[in-house]
Amino acid sequence: MSIVVRDAVNAARRSPLLSALSVTTIAFSLFAFALFGLVALNIRQALEDVAERVEIRAFVTENTRIESVVTAANEIARYAEVLSARVVSQEQALERARRELGEFSDVFEAGILPASIDIRLRPGFRDPRNVAAVAARVRTIEFIDDVRYGEEWIAQLYRLRNLAGVTGIVMGLAFAGVAVIIIGATIRMTVLARAREISIMKLVGATDGFIRRPFLLDGVAKGLLGGMIALLMTWAAAQVLERYLRFDATFFDERMIVFGIAGGALLGLFGSSFAVSRHLRKL
Amino acid sequence: MADTLGMIHFFGVTKEYPRSGVALADVSFRLAKGEFAFLTGASGAGKSTILKLAYFDETPTRGEVRVSGVSSKDVTRRDIAQLRRRLGIVFQDFRLLDDRTAEGNVAFALEVTGARSDQIGPRVNRVLTQVGLAAKSKAFPGELSGGEQQRVAIARALVNDPFVLIADEPTGNLDDKATRSVFQLLRDINASGTAVLMATHNLELVRRTDYRRIQMDHGRITSDATPARGAVAELS
Repeated sequence: MSIVVRDAVNAARRSPLLSALSVTTIAFSLFAFALFGLVALNIRQALEDVAERVEIRAFVTENTRIESVVTAANEIARYAEVLSARVVSQEQALERARRELGEFSDVFEAGILPASIDIRLRPGFRDPRNVAAVAARVRTIEFIDDVRYGEEWIAQLYRLRNLAGVTGIVMGLAFAGVAVIIIGATIRMTVLARAREISIMKLVGATDGFIRRPFLLDGVAKGLLGGMIALLMTWAAAQVLERYLRFDATFFDERMIVFGIAGGALLGLFGSSFAVSRHLRKL
Repeated sequence: MADTLGMIHFFGVTKEYPRSGVALADVSFRLAKGEFAFLTGASGAGKSTILKLAYFDETPTRGEVRVSGVSSKDVTRRDIAQLRRRLGIVFQDFRLLDDRTAEGNVAFALEVTGARSDQIGPRVNRVLTQVGLAAKSKAFPGELSGGEQQRVAIARALVNDPFVLIADEPTGNLDDKATRSVFQLLRDINASGTAVLMATHNLELVRRTDYRRIQMDHGRITSDATPARGAVAELS
């Protein structure tokens, strides 16, 4: 076993309580961060679900030949921003109105509602600017009488989304900052507990790199372990939410999980590096 | 530069601390290869400061310290680490790791220098035999007497074959018998060619030898002399 690994393992064995405290602190710091991340993820997911419903409805002038409408719908479907363009006949429009709106339940005259082309946009093109641009383009088609897409509603939705995004970044940074400070302080305790050993190492000619390496390994190991414990706790919290609040929570995907645990290891690495370098500078 | 190898050289060294003021004032001396010199003087005279400057734990405020060709004027942290592998440093309080055995403490000094693992065992055994502690190699510091602990510290200092042993009150915590025994060990080490620079309060020890004596007072060297051979009563 290399001296670095042996030294790191021995240090953890010699002070098991301090090691456990470090891992627990890292785990809880990352748990708080992960919980916040989970809330942010679910808010984003909810807003995405709402954004998926963004739809442009282009009403067709009465007596337009259905072949022309279908040709136009096919043309619209080829726009880069467009996911689908579906022709809704007057009968289908009435059927939908009777299904969705109570006041149409006893209306049976098909011609009362106009036919339309219902356009859905691809993800990334559902913002107010793109929606307005597609609507304006559709409006230029000769037999299109009117185009509606809930302009104000989309603007509100995107304001909310931007607000949630900015709040998420600011709070995420704050949580990450607090986690870094707590983890740094915890690792500093580990360094101070071995201050005597470090000073003796310096006296017998150890380089700063040699002294630093076991601490870095220790930091990475504790960060990894803390990250995995935090993940387990976050998963358990999500399960509790689902079971008791009947809330269908979105959990982190595999990429996020790997990123989170690697983030824990990096926090441990940088926290250790910072704490031990600061200590060595004073020697 | 080659003529300074294996030597300690102080050129007009002054050391000032922001709070406590001048610790050393314009100190110059040279310790030759294989020489034994005592640093004597009352507490606060500057003995420990000289030793700290010699192993680059401190840097001079003015002047220059040169040790085995390494100058305080342009020394780097890496130079200091490399130099300390060729110095042996011993303290009054032993500075042993309590959770390692005697051989573990000695091996520690080799491990940190990246010595090959197959060489560590034989070298540790050799120095523990040299200091008379081969039989207690598995003992922890808490199981050893003060004199024995100091022997372990000396073994640790010797294991890298230093050109000089820097000892800061090495007998300060020991009874008379242990003092004599540790001091004899230092003399034996010196006789085998390693220079020794030893700070001590023990004037009895100093008077009974004909080694060079550098007397300090208030940060200055007040005398630097080597008694004529035969002018002292050797330690029994």
